[in-house]
Amino acid sequence: MPLLYRIESAPRERIAFELDGRACTALEGDTVLTAILTQASALRRAEFSGAPRAGLCLMGACQDCWVQLADGERLRACTTFVEPGMRVRTGAGG
Amino acid sequence: MIVGAGPAGMRAAEQLVAAGQRPVVVDEGARHGGQIYRQPPVVMRRERRDLYGFEAGRASAVLDRFDDLRSQIDYRARTLVWQIEANTLQLLHAGRNHGMHFDALILATGATDRVLPFPGWTLPGVYTLGAAQVALKFQGCLIGPRVVFAGTGPLLYLVAWQYASHGGQVAAVLDTASASAKWLAAPRLLARPAVAMKGAYFVARLRMMGVPLHGGVTLIRAEGADRVTALAWRSGGTSHTTECDAIGFGHGLRSETQLADMARCAFDYDPIDQAWLPTQDSAGRTSVPGVYLAGDGAGILGADAAELSGARAALAALEDLGIAPAEPQGAKRIERALHAHATFRRGLETAFAPPERWAADAPDELIVCRCEEITAGELRACARETGAREMNRLKALTRIGMGRCQGRMCAPAASRLLAHAAGCELHEVGRLRGQAPIKPIPIVMLHDRAPSTIVPEDQDD
Repeated sequence: MPLLYRIESAPRERIAFELDGRACTALEGDTVLTAILTQASALRRAEFSGAPRAGLCLMGACQDCWVQLADGERLRACTTFVEPGMRVRTGAGG
Repeated sequence: MIVGAGPAGMRAAEQLVAAGQRPVVVDEGARHGGQIYRQPPVVMRRERRDLYGFEAGRASAVLDRFDDLRSQIDYRARTLVWQIEANTLQLLHAGRNHGMHFDALILATGATDRVLPFPGWTLPGVYTLGAAQVALKFQGCLIGPRVVFAGTGPLLYLVAWQYASHGGQVAAVLDTASASAKWLAAPRLLARPAVAMKGAYFVARLRMMGVPLHGGVTLIRAEGADRVTALAWRSGGTSHTTECDAIGFGHGLRSETQLADMARCAFDYDPIDQAWLPTQDSAGRTSVPGVYLAGDGAGILGADAAELSGARAALAALEDLGIAPAEPQGAKRIERALHAHATFRRGLETAFAPPERWAADAPDELIVCRCEEITAGELRACARETGAREMNRLKALTRIGMGRCQGRMCAPAASRLLAHAAGCELHEVGRLRGQAPIKPIPIVMLHDRAPSTIVPEDQDD
């Protein structure tokens, strides 16, 4: 179940990416956070408790939204735009 | 050099350009505007009226002005300043590091929500009020179809109204301060009558839309297993539960002061903001020659005041560098205008005071630091068992503020808990010292020694 709810309907290019091994589409101009949370309800697991997390401030301050890509690269989801072919893993610590 | 391209940074740049300078503006954002006038990606092609509401005129004026001057400004978007040392900023852009020397530095670093958390605030779906706005303005999304807005501050009613008028269902607005009619009740708010009227308008519109508004609320907990499903709260001795898909909350704003710390500016406790802030004179000069402050990063006064203090700081920098400003009488005019903002701000803090009993009421199991998952109980036990009375001591012993956000989100809460546990005043527990890098940076960075680097050889190490 998605967390974020789109209200914008202006036509935009679709961007294909991979979310936990599943083929998904986002829209051009989406951050990685938007791309994930318009189709899932968490970005990562907290390192200690393993509880799901989905960010807090959305402005690059709280650092709660770091996610991992399949190649091990980490990125801050609220300030990074989604790119075609990105392979995101939400089961890991960010 | 200017750090930050919000209203303060943009107006500072304008003054420097008017005096014949070519300022460097470094900004973490993808486009200029800061948080308050945050612009969506170009591909979204959204109307400013829709984005900024009543503030569309103001937003357009300052955004367009910056656009017009772009050829005379070295604007570096998506660039993080992570350290300041020896009059050199360390800049990180697209994985490449770059040192840049400055003659004068204007810090216009802005603010984030001041957060006094409640149990369950780490659940997916719980966001700050600022985040709720960013989702809407920058990404065309609501944080959920049915939202509770909670906490206090002028942003509470503004964001609730923005969501309600963009098709969101606002399940409730829960103010931890007193009744929502306060917009016109506090005399100091009339120092800026138009702003007070707007606040009253949002409240009236929300009422007309049938949104439940409650004051004097205590937030108990966000409920849900893997995501938020409800908010439990109390008012006047009665407990309530409001079902929702998301919660937006905050208790006013908190200045981003880490770079002033890196620049070694002196700090002092500010009783209005209830926070330690870099000291400044009426023109934005810090204790460090050549370093200036502007906008909400220097103390919370809001976007309109930020435009003024940005221009004022730039004029001070020009004066100190011996460069004539374009408008010789500008500084006096600006300082007069800023006075009304300071009065208004004192009124806001009275009307939207953060909950006084927050530290006393916080349960032991509350996670205060969401990075390291440190609870209120652990902080209290540390104060009790070790006698810790100072924030950096508490940090060393518990790791509070040592996580990836470096205390940005937990410091207001942790310092209140420590002061309460130690039986002292908030200012007596001090403040967390900033540490470089002020935000996470990759362990491997490419060091840029391209010809565009203007760092003198002897400082580039």
